[in-house]
Amino acid sequence: MSFLYALPGAVAEGIIWGIMAIGVYISYKILDIADLTVDGSICTGGCVCAVCLAAGMPVWASMLLALLAGGLAGTFTGLLHTALGIPSILAGILTQLMLYTVNLIILGGRSLVAIDPRANALWVHMSNNPLSILVGAGIVAALIVGLWLFFYTEVGLTLKSTGDNPDMSRAQGVDVKRNKVLGLAIANAIVALAGALYAQYKGSASLQDGRGAIVIGLAAIFIGLSVSLKIKPNFVVSLIGVVGGGIVYYVIYNFVILLGLPTDYLKMLSAVIVVLFLAIPYLKGEYFNKPKALPLAQTGGQEDA
Amino acid sequence: MLKITNLQKTFNPGTVNAKTALNGLNLTLNDGDFVTVIGGNGAGKSTMLNAISGVWKPDYGTIEIDGVDVTNMPEHKRASFLGRVFQDPMKGTAPDMEIAENLAIAARRGIKRKLRWGVRKQERKEYKELLAMLELGLEDRLSCKVGLLSGGQRQAVTLLMATLNRPKLLLLDEHTAALDPKTAAKVLQITDKLVTENSLTTLMITHNMHDAIAYGNRLIMMHEGRILVDVSGEEKKKLTINQLLGLFEQASGSAMTSDKLILSK
Repeated sequence: MSFLYALPGAVAEGIIWGIMAIGVYISYKILDIADLTVDGSICTGGCVCAVCLAAGMPVWASMLLALLAGGLAGTFTGLLHTALGIPSILAGILTQLMLYTVNLIILGGRSLVAIDPRANALWVHMSNNPLSILVGAGIVAALIVGLWLFFYTEVGLTLKSTGDNPDMSRAQGVDVKRNKVLGLAIANAIVALAGALYAQYKGSASLQDGRGAIVIGLAAIFIGLSVSLKIKPNFVVSLIGVVGGGIVYYVIYNFVILLGLPTDYLKMLSAVIVVLFLAIPYLKGEYFNKPKALPLAQTGGQEDA
Repeated sequence: MLKITNLQKTFNPGTVNAKTALNGLNLTLNDGDFVTVIGGNGAGKSTMLNAISGVWKPDYGTIEIDGVDVTNMPEHKRASFLGRVFQDPMKGTAPDMEIAENLAIAARRGIKRKLRWGVRKQERKEYKELLAMLELGLEDRLSCKVGLLSGGQRQAVTLLMATLNRPKLLLLDEHTAALDPKTAAKVLQITDKLVTENSLTTLMITHNMHDAIAYGNRLIMMHEGRILVDVSGEEKKKLTINQLLGLFEQASGSAMTSDKLILSK
């Protein structure tokens, strides 16, 4: 019974993480970069949003600034990678570490800034889950439509080809470096937007927020794509699947909490999900896909030849 | 159309692995030249094409395309002059994207890309006609992911992409070497058709001496980072493989041994 009570909250929170997973999808699936900036930029989004709200700014403006801050973080990682030649995974780790300091400065040296749901007309908050779900779904719909349109423009197509085949892209006159920076900026802007929503939902932004977010994002992607690719392997269905993956993840998460497991143990759960989803296809190919011998008639061979 | 002057490139300079791949290379191509390039492994054929494409910068020398000095131009900017087909059929196309999308990206080579629709309806019609010309049954598979095509089909699509908006120079780096003989012949036939119809200035590397003699109006043979033999016009038309081998011996002062020059007759 208590699980059913927790369900709306799990869905509302799951949608927010699903939005973050859309950002991770852009870097991981489209650009083919495992971007670890995410753990920092989701927190930055929350911190910027909380501080702006505390300063009396309207919600939309706080969200916009959070989005821009995330875009900047992504741009920085992109430049570390393309302009300074640092491997992408390390560039992300470095930015993530720098963002810890940046976030501390944004919060003015405090480790937590509270958001007062009575003083601000928040878009999402845990005290009103139906509204939170509605707003979250609206943002998801707008994001998916926007991204769908963008990735079918001339610029968007080259962003896809940059991740798919950089050699081909360069040969066709695509500025691969610029595209990587652009893609990482978009990805982290979306992640920071999710961070801003998450801070509103729980009514605070803390320096600890977002730790392990990349793993949750990947888990959501794998859970989602395992279903959506079977339905129809196209862009829109994939993104819907990714958000669905986020929701499924949070429903499982809440279920496990109700079983009495401490929340910190759940980091293990998200990591194990990612390990399984990455390992299973590999193991299948490596150990279970033994080539079968062709019948002799087909190989043209002769017995005892 | 292309002017290469005193081009020099050493890989791993100052180490025991130092290898001078281009050693004072000079080459001038006239408008509409279809040049076949032969030479053994390590002769500098691919290195020359990579230098022209801007994969890396040469140590010395200059490269001019259509009167523009491109020596210091980054690879993606130079692409507006060039059409390229690689030896590896996987390298020239984006496998997870549709045939039409690949062609549309190529069609905008050298044009500023904007937030306009990436593949327009009218384009699809044009691509359909162009694909039909390949006679590989691809005209009805415009929305098919390129990754599902065979190596030969992918090479044919790459060729179409490379020639779409009439490049100043077409670079073919042994683009049939990874294909089976029948498919290779078909792709070569398509190449000849596209090059002749569009009168494209072309550099085609091949390992096959027959093809080198049969196609194009000019033949160059490279050795140790330079051009040793350069025949064109009537002389090239009458050329035989034995004469070619003789020319090489004369120019290099050594007999062509199989380990020095791996070429298939």
